[in-house]
Amino acid sequence: MKFNIWVQKNQNRMTAAIAILIVISFAAKFLHLPMVETPAMIIASIIGAIPVFLHAWTALMNKVISIELLVTIAVIGAFVIGEYEESAVVTFLFLFGSYLEQRTLQKTRSSVKNLTKMAPTTAEVVDEDGNVSTVDVDDVDEGDHVIVKPGGQIPVDGVIVEGKGYMNEASITGESTPVEKSIGDKVFAGSLTDNGTITVETTSVGEDTTFGKIIELVEEAQDSASPAAKFIDKFATYYTPAVLIIGILVWIFTQDFPLAITVLVLGCPGALVIGAPVSNVAGIGNGAKNGILMKGGNAVNTFSKVDTLVLDKTGTLTTGQMSVTELTHFGSDKESDMALLSAVEGTSDHPLGRAIVKYITGENVKAASDLPELDTVKGQGLQSADADILVGNERLMKANNVVISDEARKAMDTRVNQGDSIVLMAVNKELKLVVGVNDQLRSDAFEGLTALKKAGIKRVVMLTGDNKTSAQHVADRLPIDEVHAELLPEQKVDFVKKFTDEGHHVAFVGDGINDSPSLATADIGIGMGTGTDVAIETADVVLVKSSFDALAHAYVLAKKTVANTQENIIIAVGTVALLLIGLLVGVIHMASGMFVHEFSILIVIFNAMRLLRIKSFKKAPKLDVNQVKTA
Amino acid sequence: MAKVVLQLGELTCPSCMTKIQKAVSNQDGVSDVKVMFNAGKVKADIDQSKVSGEDLGKVITELGYEVKKIKTKEIA
Repeated sequence: MKFNIWVQKNQNRMTAAIAILIVISFAAKFLHLPMVETPAMIIASIIGAIPVFLHAWTALMNKVISIELLVTIAVIGAFVIGEYEESAVVTFLFLFGSYLEQRTLQKTRSSVKNLTKMAPTTAEVVDEDGNVSTVDVDDVDEGDHVIVKPGGQIPVDGVIVEGKGYMNEASITGESTPVEKSIGDKVFAGSLTDNGTITVETTSVGEDTTFGKIIELVEEAQDSASPAAKFIDKFATYYTPAVLIIGILVWIFTQDFPLAITVLVLGCPGALVIGAPVSNVAGIGNGAKNGILMKGGNAVNTFSKVDTLVLDKTGTLTTGQMSVTELTHFGSDKESDMALLSAVEGTSDHPLGRAIVKYITGENVKAASDLPELDTVKGQGLQSADADILVGNERLMKANNVVISDEARKAMDTRVNQGDSIVLMAVNKELKLVVGVNDQLRSDAFEGLTALKKAGIKRVVMLTGDNKTSAQHVADRLPIDEVHAELLPEQKVDFVKKFTDEGHHVAFVGDGINDSPSLATADIGIGMGTGTDVAIETADVVLVKSSFDALAHAYVLAKKTVANTQENIIIAVGTVALLLIGLLVGVIHMASGMFVHEFSILIVIFNAMRLLRIKSFKKAPKLDVNQVKTA
Repeated sequence: MAKVVLQLGELTCPSCMTKIQKAVSNQDGVSDVKVMFNAGKVKADIDQSKVSGEDLGKVITELGYEVKKIKTKEIA
């Protein structure tokens, strides 16, 4: 079998040799040298037939009827009846075609290849005695301490245990502005240190790192076919044997052997099998380069049909980075009430709570140390067992018959009219604190939603657990058609269900942390959060660079990828139809048929390459392999 | 049980996929074979008492494809 591998490796040289022989033969024909003309074509045919035959044979040994088998039979047939010119040219075109196919396919795959090239390969591990040794990343274990020098690449996912510096996490988040990180902060494999030496304690290695998962996801996605591609795949398994049978039937019924072998060449399903996958690869590859992970052809296909976009407010339309705008106190002893609120909010993970704790700490008030047991009231807030401490929204106050004075009402209205969310605290059923918390809108939300609507989204719906006024305040500033506020997580799911039941194609965009049921219920779940916190597993489309620019780009890309797939299928089917007509009319022969075939394959690949050039409406930071090399 | 990932050279014809898929699946002790056309990878679950990652590499090499890297990872 060594011969087999040798042929495989030297296929391009053999193709070149055939080309030279064919040129010699044509020159000989022109110079009337039959002694050279025919032997040159014979040798070219034999050299050309070898790799094609080997492919056909190994496939047949595994019970696969391949395109190469059709070509082999046709070439041998042409050779037997003395059509050396035809047999030589057909093998040459076939081999040269696959060479060009290889070169152009590499282009369509380049986005992901560039990504995998950025994967770290070695790590500097420090042992207990402080000795540093360079090892393969695969040999680094969890818990190992790894040292990263300025400008170096972080080889593992882990936590900084020593030093600090600016990290460039473009390979993970697509965001090239460096982030400052110090002891206790998480760092990610594949990111680069701009300055500062750090020591990292390893938490995961290789394929288990965020970067590893992203690469694996993109690779799997490129190879998971769209419904159209799956259909074609199935079709092709029957198509190739069918062509063989038709060829035999043509021979039996017409007794025209040249016609029969021509049918075999024309019937090659070349562009048909490559057309759909190549669009998929290019589309998903473009996405990966821009921080958009689309999980396979299916996701792309469904996403392209979406007409209703449902968005979560907090953390999606807004940055999720909240800050307290105003704190109004009623009654006496403001400081102890603030201390109590800080203690209560300290128990919660809610972004509102965190903002409040940060604010109160900033006012130099320490959180109260003794705190009764607290229960969470879903969608309302927190309360102590006997309800003498209540922290939450207005509904919680109403449910516990807390009276809201005119003065308090006025304070609340002012905050709400500014678009703030409000948190109230009552002690012994008496309203003590009104806190306004504001959340910044994402800077590109307006542009992004406008672009999405232009691209085909008919309805934009915002769902939020927040109060109506602050929800409306956000909606008023954006091209949003519908707002539903004060919702519990399960009510959000109900809305998504309702839209899908009405026959809309629904995409839900959320951070995947508290709205994963909605992500799962929608036709397409889009994960968009703060960088690496996005749940990669739950969403169909993950926006690692959380922005509306990326969302709009993803949608346009999905639509164009699906259109491109359809174009390619039309080109492929059209080519076969044209060839058949040409054959019937008598203008197409074996060699010209093969030429048209190979040409159509290149056309579908070039068509798919157009997908690589689609840009987002705003200039996105690019991933660059050279970042690693120069580092 | 172990998971094997073989990194091949560039794959260019979708029909090669079917060929590799069938040849690898036909080996004893191999299950869940996945040939990734674009990534140029073959992933399979193997029973190490019957077959090794290197065996699969040999099968693929004999079909005429270059095998660049073989990674075997133990799974429980």
